[in-house]
Amino acid sequence: MNFKLKDIGPQLMTVIAVVLVFGFFTYNAQVNMENRGIDFGYGFLSQESSFDVQFSLIEYDGSHSYFRAYLVGLLNTILVSVIGIIFATILGVIVGIARLSPNYLINKFAAFYVEFFRNIPLLLQIFFWYFAALRALPLPQDAEPMFGISFLTIKGLYVPAFIWQNFNIFFYSVVAAIIAIIVIRIHAKKLQESQGKQTPVLLISIGLILILPLLSFLIGGVRLSFEVPVLKQLATTSFIYEGGVSLPPELIALALSLSLYTATFIAECVRAGIQGVGKGQKEAAASIGLTPNQVLKLVVMPQALRIIIPPTTNQYLNLTKNSSLAAAIAYPDLVLVFAGTALMQTGKAIEIVSITMFTYLSLSISISILMNWYNKKIAITEK
Amino acid sequence: MFKYLKQLTSLVAMVAVLFTFTTESMAAKKSKTLKNTQKKGFVRCGVSQGLPGFSNADAAGNWTGVDVDVCRAVAAAVLGDANKVKFTPLSAKERFTALTSGEIDILSRNTTWTLSRDADIGLTFVGVNFYDGQGFMVRKSSGITSTSQFKNGISACTNIGTTTELNMRDFFNSRGISYEPVAFEKADEVVAAYDAGRCDTYTTDKSGLAAQRTKMKNPDEHIVLPETISKEPLGPVVRQGDPVWEDIVRWSLNTMIEAEEYGITSSNADSMKTSDNPQIKRLVGAEGEMGAAFGLDNEWNLRIIKQVGNYGESYKRNIADTGILPDRGPNELWTKGGILYVPPSR
Repeated sequence: MNFKLKDIGPQLMTVIAVVLVFGFFTYNAQVNMENRGIDFGYGFLSQESSFDVQFSLIEYDGSHSYFRAYLVGLLNTILVSVIGIIFATILGVIVGIARLSPNYLINKFAAFYVEFFRNIPLLLQIFFWYFAALRALPLPQDAEPMFGISFLTIKGLYVPAFIWQNFNIFFYSVVAAIIAIIVIRIHAKKLQESQGKQTPVLLISIGLILILPLLSFLIGGVRLSFEVPVLKQLATTSFIYEGGVSLPPELIALALSLSLYTATFIAECVRAGIQGVGKGQKEAAASIGLTPNQVLKLVVMPQALRIIIPPTTNQYLNLTKNSSLAAAIAYPDLVLVFAGTALMQTGKAIEIVSITMFTYLSLSISISILMNWYNKKIAITEK
Repeated sequence: MFKYLKQLTSLVAMVAVLFTFTTESMAAKKSKTLKNTQKKGFVRCGVSQGLPGFSNADAAGNWTGVDVDVCRAVAAAVLGDANKVKFTPLSAKERFTALTSGEIDILSRNTTWTLSRDADIGLTFVGVNFYDGQGFMVRKSSGITSTSQFKNGISACTNIGTTTELNMRDFFNSRGISYEPVAFEKADEVVAAYDAGRCDTYTTDKSGLAAQRTKMKNPDEHIVLPETISKEPLGPVVRQGDPVWEDIVRWSLNTMIEAEEYGITSSNADSMKTSDNPQIKRLVGAEGEMGAAFGLDNEWNLRIIKQVGNYGESYKRNIADTGILPDRGPNELWTKGGILYVPPSR
């Protein structure tokens, strides 16, 4: 009995302390809000928001509800996080490998990049890319076309919009190609394990992903045309592009600065991972006749990934949370739209901040779960 | 004899202590905010992050502006020194939370008085110290001279968390113009983005446009369009639930405006004590008991006028002489064609 109490005693006290602290804050907030005549409740979410948002992935204007505005902000946060994570990962892996390059120039350049970008506060970098780069971009009427069809201007990046006919057939052809590639890969692996035969999987894959969609154009009746942005005059010196798709400069600046910043940390994770694989492993692999490519792919990377994934997960989480700095440069993310404008218009500070916190928590935990699952999958399975 | 004298003095001292204690506790009973302010020795005032003419800090950290002067007036009234103010710069988004959470006691930050703000979120507006309206600024070179020339696709820079965002939507919607709102958290970034050419127009209160124009790289390249699309009565705000504090702030502002009406200035206030006009005498604490109800002495209003000046002096010093809005427009006294009209101090 004594022994048990000693065991659970501290835990019990901690739980009680936590409950008391939370209880105190909740009670205090309640009393204060009552004194000042502030109501508590989430009813405002269904009210008309009556403010517009610059950039939205779903249909939205001020006649929609606050809840819809919340979704707009959430989707914009997810969008910039996903773009940031993809580019940061690509850049991080390249730079991480480059830092181990025997080539002096590549090696030093990668090291300089990492030390430079990770040591400047992110907010400053965001301001730099937004305000410095923004001033350097041309006005719409002065913009030189890129490839004749796209325009990078101070008001955003204008690219042609795709206009599809029979898009579903094209989509099915791509899906079919992907399924075929997976089947061939599994088959090739079996073939190699049982008979030691090598199949040129990469070549076959590329062929499939090109040929099947091409067939859908030739015999499936798929048609693709482009809607090219056209310059339109608003006033003597003010112009915009109409038609096509426009990406606001706020999104570009934010995605760029988040990627460049986070890539430095991912690069260090990659470098640590590769260096963490024993030298003997590489030498042993080389001595049984594997090519340098095979050594990297079959021996080094599987072991390095186990070291790389957990700290990289942290970087993904950081990037997602850092995207809330968007408010500084007018990118309408969750913090700007919901914890900013919506909070101001309704005055529901506690409700909105709690929803926002809970949303970021859920986002982060989702990424965590996903990455932990991947980590488990690539972990060495003892046979 | 000597022994008795000693006892007598201690008795007098005790009575005095008791008496001050009771008077103090009476004022304290009336207003917790007043008591806390007097205990701390400074007024906690929320202002903007830098809006010339309204609340702006110079390089040495000295705050000036008509919004700042409201807080200084309250400090002069309740603490006797207009400099005993602690200013907290707040973004539009932070301001109401800072006030309702008790971080500041007066919010004097070019804040528009609206029904929902007054009724919903635990705030009380005490008056208007600047009558304003929302307008648009454009580049002169654009050739736009009126909002009727706005076309579909126009991009407009503004602040988040302001009535501006809502008025803008109403304005463009009612005219059927599609627009791109680019909303920043801080005014400095709005100006920087507009100045860089990100937006075709910059919209906020006209006083704000005039003030921010002075911050542009080349102010002469920009004009404020003549149309006013909304009513924006700007004024100081206090927390709900402390009526005495609310009255102190309200009447500090009213005193400044009424002093101008009766020609009382910071330089002639003392000599006005011997005026023949009882209304003037009341405004400089020479007649009536004008401070007792607030728990203040009788010369609280004299101190405001002497240390801060009347509304006209404050306007001239901060807004007219700085070239922001030399013409007082609606912010002229009712006796001179404006709409500044306050209830009488009596």
